[in-house]
Amino acid sequence: MSSVIECDKLCFRYPNTAKTAPPALEQVKLTVERGELLAIIGHTGSGKSTLVQQLNALLKPTQGTVFVDGKNIWENKKTVREARFLVGLCFQYPEYQLFEETVEKDIAFGPKNMGLEADEIKRRVCRAAELVGLDKLLLKKSPFDLSGGEKRRAAIAGVMAMEPQVIVFDEPTAGLDPRGKEHILQMLLRCRAETKRTILLISHNMEDVARLADRVLVMHQGKAAMHGTVEQIFARAEELTEMGLTVPCVTRIFLALRRMGLAVPPGIFTLEQGLRELLRLAAESGCAL
Amino acid sequence: MIKEITIGQYYAGSSPLHRMDARMKLLLTLAFMVVIFLCKNFFSLGLLAACAAVLALLSRVPGGMLLRSFRPILMLVVFTSVLNLLYTNGADTHPLLELPVWRWTLVITREGLFIAVFTTVRILCLILVSSLLTYTTTPSMLTTGLERLLSPLARLRVPVSVFAMMMTLALRFVPTLIEETDRIMSAQKSRGSNLETGSLLKRIKAFVPVLVPLFVSAFRRAAELAYAMESRCYTGSGTRTSLKQLRLRLPDYLAAFCLLLVMAGVVALNRFFTAVI
Repeated sequence: MSSVIECDKLCFRYPNTAKTAPPALEQVKLTVERGELLAIIGHTGSGKSTLVQQLNALLKPTQGTVFVDGKNIWENKKTVREARFLVGLCFQYPEYQLFEETVEKDIAFGPKNMGLEADEIKRRVCRAAELVGLDKLLLKKSPFDLSGGEKRRAAIAGVMAMEPQVIVFDEPTAGLDPRGKEHILQMLLRCRAETKRTILLISHNMEDVARLADRVLVMHQGKAAMHGTVEQIFARAEELTEMGLTVPCVTRIFLALRRMGLAVPPGIFTLEQGLRELLRLAAESGCAL
Repeated sequence: MIKEITIGQYYAGSSPLHRMDARMKLLLTLAFMVVIFLCKNFFSLGLLAACAAVLALLSRVPGGMLLRSFRPILMLVVFTSVLNLLYTNGADTHPLLELPVWRWTLVITREGLFIAVFTTVRILCLILVSSLLTYTTTPSMLTTGLERLLSPLARLRVPVSVFAMMMTLALRFVPTLIEETDRIMSAQKSRGSNLETGSLLKRIKAFVPVLVPLFVSAFRRAAELAYAMESRCYTGSGTRTSLKQLRLRLPDYLAAFCLLLVMAGVVALNRFFTAVI
C-alpha cells in the first residue's frame, strides 16, 4: 500500500458544543501518499488543526475511520498509542512544550516514552538535533536559555526524534523573523530529502505552499473543499478568494497581466516561474532586460 | 475532560435578578444563608425553600444548569443524610424500621429521618442561592461589588482595590490557563506521555511535563500583563473611578424588604411550631 494515511467520512464535533453549531469536521476524506508533502490550507477555524489531531489519535472522531500505515488507529489501546509515534504532531508554537533541564533531555522525552534503549535514544537525539540544525553545544543548555528560533528548532527536534513516519507541522514558521522562517523551511526540505518522510504542513503562507508542497488540501468550514496538486488548486483563484484564502502574490500578478491582455500562462506559482516567464516575454517583444 | 471545569459560571440574561445591584445581591445572599441556618422546623425551612424556588424561577436560569450546580455537592449530601439517618437516636420507643444486618441492627428512627431530610433540604437551599448569585452576576461585577462592600476597610489601610484587581485578573486568566493546559497536554501526549493511565504516583510524575511549561507561560503572561498595565499608567495606589457604576434602585430595596419579611416569617414559624433540630 502506498498511502500512509487514509481517512474516510471523518466527522468530529467538539464535546460541549451546541447541537445546532456546525461540526468541526464533516465527512472529510483524506489520503496521504507515502513520502509526499501535503499542505493543508484554510481559513482560521476551518478545521485544519482539528483534522491533524485526528491523525495521531488525540481526538477521537465521532464518525468515520482513520487508517495509518494500513491500521485502524482506534482498534484498541495499543494502536492508539502506536499512532502517537507513527504520526508526529508538531503544534503551533511548539516551544511552549519545552520543560526539561537540558535541551538534550527534552528532545529525548519522546523516544524515552517509546521505551527505546539508551543508545538508540542518544543516536536519535543527535540525529534530530543535526536535522534541525541545532548546535551540539546547545544540547547541554537549559531550553529556556535559547533564543526564540533555537527554542522552536529544539521543540521540532523533540518531535523528529521519535522518527515518526509522518510529521505534521502546524504553522511551523509563525512568529519567527524572516531568517528564522527560512531556517525552518530549509530544515523541512532537508528532513524530507534525507529521511524520505511524509510531511503535512499547515500554512497560511501561499508562497511557501507553492514552493514546498506536492499536493494541497483546502479546508473550508470543516469540510475538505478541494484536494489536488498545487497547479490544480491555485488555478482556482476565485474560489479560494471566496473562502477567505488567496493565491501566491506572483500568481495574482500574472492573472492581472492576463486580464490586461498579455499572453502569459495562468499557472505561475513561484517567483522562479514568474521570472522565467517575464524574461521570455521580454525576449519575445524585443526588450532588453 | 478539562473543559468541564467552570469557574465563574455566568448565565447571560436580563432577569430581575440579573439587573440587581451586585452589592445588594452579595449581602442578601449572605443574609439568606444565615436565615437558612436559623430555621428550626419544617415550616420555616419550607418557607425558605419556597423563596429559593421563586428566586430560581425569577432568574430564568434553565433548570438543567441549576441541577448541574448540585452535582459536585451530591456526594456530600448523600453522605451526611445517610449518617444522620443512621446515627440519630430517637426519643420515641418505636423506631420506624429495624433492619438486621449480620450482627448488627440498623435502626431508623423518626427523628433520624427528619434530620436527614432537614439537612438535605438545607444544603440544597444553600447551594441553590449561592449558585443563583454566580449565575446572575458576572465575575467582574462580583469583584466590583465586593470591592465596594469592603471599601470601608481601605481606611484601615487594607489595599482593597489591589485585592479586587488581583481577583479580577485571576478570574480573567482561568479560561486562558485552562486552554493553555489543554494545548500543552495535547503536545506532550503527541510525544507519547501517558497522562491517563498508571498509578497515582506515575500520573503525578507524568504531569511534570505539563506543569513546567504551564508555569513558564503563566509567568510570561503575568510579566506581559504587568507591562501592558503599566504602560496604561496603572499604579496600585491612587483612587480610580469604576467603569461600571453600581447603583441601588427601588427593586434592590424591595428585595431587601422581602428578605426582612421572610426573616420575620422564619422567626415566627420557629416560635409557633416545635423544633426538629
